[in-house]
Amino acid sequence: MRTKDVDIFRTVTWSAGAGCHGNCGQKLYVKDNEVIKVEGDEDHPWNQGRSCPRVLALKQYMYHPDRITKPLKRIGKRGEGKFEEITWEEAFDTCEDRLREIKEKHGAESVIFAQGTGRDIGGPISFLAYSYGSPNWCQLGLSGQSCYTPRLGAMKATVGDFIVADCSQFLEKRYEDPEYEVPKVIMVWGNNPITTCPDGFFGHWIVDCMKRGSKIISVDPRHTWMTTRASYHLQLRPGTDGALALGMLNVIINENIYDKDFVEKWTYGFDELRERVKSYTPAKVAEITEVPEQMIVEAAKFFACNSPAAVQWGVAVDMCPEATTVAQAITHLSCITGNIDIPGGQVIARPSHGVTTYPYTSEELRGLYGDDVVKLMNEKRIGCDTYPMVKGFRGWAQPDMAIEQIATGKPYPIKGAWIQTANILGGQAARAKYHYDALKKLDFIAVVDLFHNPTTMALADIVLPAATFAEKDSFRSWWTPLSIIKKRVQVGECKSDWEINFELAKRFNPEGLKQWDTVIDLINSRLSVAGTNFDEMEQKGGWEMAPKGSTRPYRRHERGLLRPDGKAGFFTETGKIELWSKAYEGWEIDPLPYFKEPPQSPVTTPELFKKYPLILITGARSNLFFHSEHRMVPWLREKAKDPIVEINPETAVKYNIYDGEWIHIENDLGKVKRKAQLTPKVKPGHIQTLHGWWLPELNGPEPDLFGLWDYQINKLVPGPQGSDSGFGGGQYKTTLVTLSKIKEGGV
Amino acid sequence: MEKYGLLINYDYCTGCHTCEIACQQEHDYPVGKNGIKLTEYTYENHTKLCIDNLPFPTELCDLCLNRHQQGELPACVKHCQAQCMSFGQLSELVKQMEIQSRTVLYSPK
Ligand code: SF4
Ligand code: SF4
Ligand code: SF4
Repeated sequence: MRTKDVDIFRTVTWSAGAGCHGNCGQKLYVKDNEVIKVEGDEDHPWNQGRSCPRVLALKQYMYHPDRITKPLKRIGKRGEGKFEEITWEEAFDTCEDRLREIKEKHGAESVIFAQGTGRDIGGPISFLAYSYGSPNWCQLGLSGQSCYTPRLGAMKATVGDFIVADCSQFLEKRYEDPEYEVPKVIMVWGNNPITTCPDGFFGHWIVDCMKRGSKIISVDPRHTWMTTRASYHLQLRPGTDGALALGMLNVIINENIYDKDFVEKWTYGFDELRERVKSYTPAKVAEITEVPEQMIVEAAKFFACNSPAAVQWGVAVDMCPEATTVAQAITHLSCITGNIDIPGGQVIARPSHGVTTYPYTSEELRGLYGDDVVKLMNEKRIGCDTYPMVKGFRGWAQPDMAIEQIATGKPYPIKGAWIQTANILGGQAARAKYHYDALKKLDFIAVVDLFHNPTTMALADIVLPAATFAEKDSFRSWWTPLSIIKKRVQVGECKSDWEINFELAKRFNPEGLKQWDTVIDLINSRLSVAGTNFDEMEQKGGWEMAPKGSTRPYRRHERGLLRPDGKAGFFTETGKIELWSKAYEGWEIDPLPYFKEPPQSPVTTPELFKKYPLILITGARSNLFFHSEHRMVPWLREKAKDPIVEINPETAVKYNIYDGEWIHIENDLGKVKRKAQLTPKVKPGHIQTLHGWWLPELNGPEPDLFGLWDYQINKLVPGPQGSDSGFGGGQYKTTLVTLSKIKEGGV
Repeated sequence: MEKYGLLINYDYCTGCHTCEIACQQEHDYPVGKNGIKLTEYTYENHTKLCIDNLPFPTELCDLCLNRHQQGELPACVKHCQAQCMSFGQLSELVKQMEIQSRTVLYSPK
């Protein structure tokens, strides 16, 4: 489309830029190779014309004067902030040489490949890590890999597939499709969906459903807009979600309001589950969770007696101790009430059209990267011999063990890091200072990012400038619909993660990757499963809903669409939903859910609680910022200038703190600055603050690092994670702290 | 000529800030210049805590005259994530108010 000298291009989002898990349709208004405006695409079924603040502020992000637009090499000491622009050729050569050197001396496993979240990173980073030969790829810093992975593991182990709240997202006509039914109840658990689009889900779909009649059960220690609209607000003590889920299961089973036909026909291990939940009586659970007994009983009944019912959940679940077991118990709630793969329930979500964005079966991996790499994955991947689930699920190194190995060199040394669009130090790193000290010692660190941040400043030897979604060719099949992202403009010399990694991967693995000349060739080969290609997808408008079959709902277990053998049932060993999990048994963890107290809590550590009597909740999402991004975007920052901490007025009186005062939050790991905001939104014993704060307007070079050590809240979050499976249990929502006044003239 | 206005259903306004940035982008307003401003109200009503959000159009709101002339919705209305904003002739919006609860009507110019 064209008006005057402006071209209008439809595209699909996926970070960088908006900073999110993407998939909405947006229209880019381009004039002279420059994006001058972004508008929601009204013809895209995902968002139906809507946008969010971050995508509407895209041009201030893309064309920000601080944006890195050329490759850089460090010329001063590490951390001194002295960089020099170099050519891509020199940048690639340096990365290649330095990485080869490490491989020759120490083995490829001695380089760790660290990714961030919310972008099409899995493909590029796995192609590079495996082509280089390292099995060590992970979200370094994210304690317990506490973001979706524990939930994914639990769903896979129980249902044999992943399940998501059905807001009609798999259907072109959306809410108007006659096949669709709006959930009678949506249980929003540990998630504030209106802030962003988590896990391939447009947060405001929940609001769409509310308008169409859905009632809400909210599980959240805080008050939010959502909780004030809920029929039941279960205001639990942070980290006790597991007990609450078990208590609800207890009610539903004891009151005989579970779906007997479904349980009988489609589940395995119900009697064992019934036995297990017996001891989690509403009275006991009320004591643990601080949710009134009556409320637990009523909410459980409300959920069970109003089918279809859906669950929209978030990272708070993953951040519980033993998150894999907490997620399992919540999954059970949907299963025993018969809400699986029905309209308005929890529908099975598979990558659209069966397209996977990167290879992960051993067979495919062997073909591409050779036997040696696959062997290393099973033998040397960090965490795989400690945690069978780390070995058996998802193929990532265990992040808490990874940083310890970097620090200690045991059992084998780590010498280099490839850090891609992940501001580890300024963002997700629990024990941030420990990460800083450990990473600082590495021989070589390359960082791919769009802006300088504490991580590039403190660590990078080479910085490679990455592209936003408007500047890259990519594709996605994460749930729905199948989409392509097409490059529309060029900014400086920035390259996409795909382009950067493809080039470097080819240097390490010319044989395996010779089937593809370009990134588009590679994308086309992944898309071929769907019988389409990049150009064809573009001509169709960039997206396509899954055709009837195994990746489109509903009731696929009845129709034999889930199992490779074509029989009715679920894609598990028994063909049934395994309430008693055989997969968990195989991973040497309890096959049934149970509750464990957080590592720090009034119950577990009463002495520590006397010293630090407040529970610190971090990791909430924001409409304006994606994790540690966007603080430099004027339109966004204007709406939330300072890093604030929410404190209940009662607490404030105790600590003699007034509204708007700058104070310290502290514990044994240090102290962090925040501006106090007095609000009844948090309970007296809790405080809440956003993670990811560093101030781009401050000095970058050491020791300032953009105010990192003053504002990085995860500095106070201890490690390692508390989970037998190796997944989950990052203590981002359960750390104990106290408050103190900032002394006159002090910092 | 019939006057136009904005109707906000504040039961559904989630406080997402989209309207604010949509307006700034549309008019290329720098920081500090806003056609619409959002306020959050947190208050206790008897024993219940309430959280409501409400944007209000400032004196700079021109109801997106340019867009209107091209048959497009105002930037804020189009992008509102909760779809809780409507644009139209005041007389039509009043009719909508009669059937919808928790709404406010603005007649910015
Ligand atoms: S957060 Fe949602 S609306 Fe915003 S760019 Fe991402 S997918 Fe689109
Ligand atoms: S109608 Fe237009 S000018 Fe008025 S607030 Fe909305 S976007 Fe701004
Ligand atoms: S865009 Fe809509 S939901 Fe968001 S703050 Fe504005 S009026 Fe409220």
